[in-house]
Amino acid sequence: MTLKNGIRSCKNLAVRSLVAFFGLGTLAAQQADDPPIRAIQNIFEPLSTPALKIHETSIPVLLICAGIFVLVTSLLIYIVVKFRQRSEADRHIEPPQVYGSSHIELAWTVIPIIITVVLILITARTIGEIQNAPIPEDAVRIRVVGHQWWWEVHYLKQDENGEWVTDFITANEIHVPVGTREEPKRTHFILESADVIHSFWVPQLAGKMDVIPNRKNELWIEPWATGTYLGNCAEYCGTQHAKMKIRVIVNEPEAFEAWAANQRQVPTTVEPQVALGHKLFMDYACANCHTVDGTIADGVFGPDLTKLMTRRTLGSGAVDNTPENLFKWVRDPQAPDMKPGCLMPDMKMLDSEVKEIVAYLETLK
Amino acid sequence: MNPHASDAPIVDVELQPVRPGEEKGSFAAILQDLVFTVDHKKLGLMYFGTGLIFFVIAGLMAALMRYQLAIPNHDFLEPDVFNRFFTMHGTAMVFLVGMPMIFAFANYLIPLMIGARDMAFPRLNAFGFWIFFFSGILLYFSYIAGPGLYDAGSAPDVGWFAYSPLTLKAFSRGHSTDYWTISILLGGIGSIATSINILVTVFCLRCKGMTLGRMPLLVWLYIVVAFLVIIALPPLSACQIMLLLDRFLDAKFFDTQAGGDAVLWQHFFWIFGHPEVYILILPGFAIASEVIPVFSRKPIFGYPVMVAASVMIAFISLGVWAHHMFAVGMVSGANTFFAISTMLVAIPTGIKIFNWLGTMYGGKIRMRPPMLFCIAFLFQFLIAGLTGVMLAVAPFDWQLTDSYFVVAHFHYVLIGGLLYTIFAGVYYWYPKCTGRMLSEKLGHWHFWLFTIGFHLTFFPQHLLGFLGMPRRYYTYDAGRGWDEWNLISSIGVIIQAAGILFFVINLVRSYFKGEKAGDDPWDAWTLEWNTTSPPAEYNFEKPQVVRSRRPLWDLKHPDDPDWKYE
Repeated sequence: MTLKNGIRSCKNLAVRSLVAFFGLGTLAAQQADDPPIRAIQNIFEPLSTPALKIHETSIPVLLICAGIFVLVTSLLIYIVVKFRQRSEADRHIEPPQVYGSSHIELAWTVIPIIITVVLILITARTIGEIQNAPIPEDAVRIRVVGHQWWWEVHYLKQDENGEWVTDFITANEIHVPVGTREEPKRTHFILESADVIHSFWVPQLAGKMDVIPNRKNELWIEPWATGTYLGNCAEYCGTQHAKMKIRVIVNEPEAFEAWAANQRQVPTTVEPQVALGHKLFMDYACANCHTVDGTIADGVFGPDLTKLMTRRTLGSGAVDNTPENLFKWVRDPQAPDMKPGCLMPDMKMLDSEVKEIVAYLETLK
Repeated sequence: MNPHASDAPIVDVELQPVRPGEEKGSFAAILQDLVFTVDHKKLGLMYFGTGLIFFVIAGLMAALMRYQLAIPNHDFLEPDVFNRFFTMHGTAMVFLVGMPMIFAFANYLIPLMIGARDMAFPRLNAFGFWIFFFSGILLYFSYIAGPGLYDAGSAPDVGWFAYSPLTLKAFSRGHSTDYWTISILLGGIGSIATSINILVTVFCLRCKGMTLGRMPLLVWLYIVVAFLVIIALPPLSACQIMLLLDRFLDAKFFDTQAGGDAVLWQHFFWIFGHPEVYILILPGFAIASEVIPVFSRKPIFGYPVMVAASVMIAFISLGVWAHHMFAVGMVSGANTFFAISTMLVAIPTGIKIFNWLGTMYGGKIRMRPPMLFCIAFLFQFLIAGLTGVMLAVAPFDWQLTDSYFVVAHFHYVLIGGLLYTIFAGVYYWYPKCTGRMLSEKLGHWHFWLFTIGFHLTFFPQHLLGFLGMPRRYYTYDAGRGWDEWNLISSIGVIIQAAGILFFVINLVRSYFKGEKAGDDPWDAWTLEWNTTSPPAEYNFEKPQVVRSRRPLWDLKHPDDPDWKYE
């Protein structure tokens, strides 16, 4: 926040605000086989059942409020115009002194009561419909664990005792199958936190639900349009709250199954040309925080990297997952254009070492 | 009686030698006067002055935040700096601006309006002010001392409602959170002291003839506020102490790793936090209820209903706290209960708005600056109330909570509602406090610039909420539909700041050059206008006697006095 910094950002502001204003900003990291990115998450354009139910509740509420607004504002304007003191001449004649009227006051008590009762009925019905919906047999079940500042994602399966256990683990980008409005396909989330309170919010899919340590909250979606939905952490959780982004990739069931099958596949060998990178990854502290299945790396403080290259972003949506960004990220995730303040430290590695590690990471797919 | 009393030598006060540095008007004398005074009027003005200084500081922090958010991916402020700014902005605006501002009006006006000599406990009054002042200094001192021994953190960066477990040592190292906690704990003590003082003053020191039913509405509303403070502040103090125990003695109230409960804090905080909203807005209603009748030239419409509605608002406000927590995963029954209780607030609030309109209806409205601000208040508070109803619809709230929609909503309440009535109150009572009128021309500049800037800043934030932008983000990506609205919002801040500049210039300039006001420049009806401007230290030369709610109306219209109709 130095003066120099200030002047520089003044210059930036002029140019970039023009860019911003004409909507020239871009969201990259789109690949050919990915469903389209749904960046504009308007809550009034729902694409999943709970979001639709909320939308259907909000419309009558908005209409009632708009009606009251128009009515009272016109009354206010009418009164101000009509009863304005016209000239200094009639200043000394006071208007008739009226102290109140119980009839009128009763009227404007009863009408708001009626409106309130209507609103209460609408509200109570929707709360029950969303919160108390039973989980269908074929629902995809996902356990999401919030961390400072990323999401751990467990896909669940039933073991022989009927317990729900982890099938495979990924991070930040959640793939789910699409349904139709007639035959919806449910995805059920169980939300937990490893540290502080977060909140899971993808507006076009559902309302938000807080992610609280020591609690298991639940949330469900039934999307009927494919797409890469952008969401965010919605409860302030510390330094990088703003870069704790969510991606929900809603895809055709076949594409979803293919993706899931790949996620389940555990690699067994390390390709010889990246052996050095693999060794550096294990020798430096990387392995203490990250897991790569099939190796000795089994840390749990950072995202699981087993299938890193199937993800479109790094650092929970901080930057796109491109070779250059991956290099910059591994070299120093604290850099201003990466994710300053995140819990992954700058390991002070040589650029040559970083290159080897990145080469190894690029084989994780 | 002492027989020698009459023999005592007569000392001519004028001729007594004055010690150096204590000449009348010298810096030392003024400072001494401010520090030692127990006069309710001086303390009221000191509350106002201190509140205004913190308002400007916290407002500048907001301006810097808006500059950071003007464009996507801006790198003007680092994430930690930004997080400290919104924490300090929120905390300061609620505890160091809102609270002293409402107590400023209470202190200055209540004794005058009920015809009393001073508050019931003048020294408790001074204590309340100074402990508030200390708490403010302590909060800002964290910028210097917050790093503490651990070299982590400076000012608090946990948000103004400081949800646990983010405030625990594991996630908030250093001493910044301790400064925050202790500052709020102290401020709470000051507020409770002042509220007790208000209650005792109103119940014991009313002048002859002033029954409870004849008090000005402002005094009635402050009774309600004082009760709310006394009920709502202790839970806040309790959870601050629990937090201190957690941080210093390893208690486990909020430590989820050791079986504590993260949501417990939220219940405590919002049991305070929601009544706090009414603690702040009811004084706004109080000022509007004094200004609107005088400038419409009619008595307040439905006085008893206005009192009843205020009491009802306060009562209901004690049972709505969990509407801040619809997204924490409460059972559907609890969500429904708090949605219903919250919507009930709309009923008495609606009655109030209609009664103010009823007061204006059929009057002769004088469009002077205090009335301008009150009319804008009615319009803006209507919007704030309606967005409040939307937030009360729990399913709708699941989308809107913690988004910019909420930011827009409570700024419409606290700026559009409270701050506008404070401005109205300043334009209305400034002549009483200083003996001079505020400039009308500068007042219009202030009003129009601030109003345009305010709507430009905060209206687009409703839309940002609809488009899914969460609050408390230090930066955001381009291309999510947020860019234009953020830019417009930031531009509005510049216009607001210009408005505030006119206000401050007006305050200072009119003090020296303003038109002389006289005792009763507005042709008003309550007792404070029945004494000199500014009032002497003893307030009234003669004990006041009232026979109706508008004693000065009775004096001015002996042929048609109010007491005939009440």
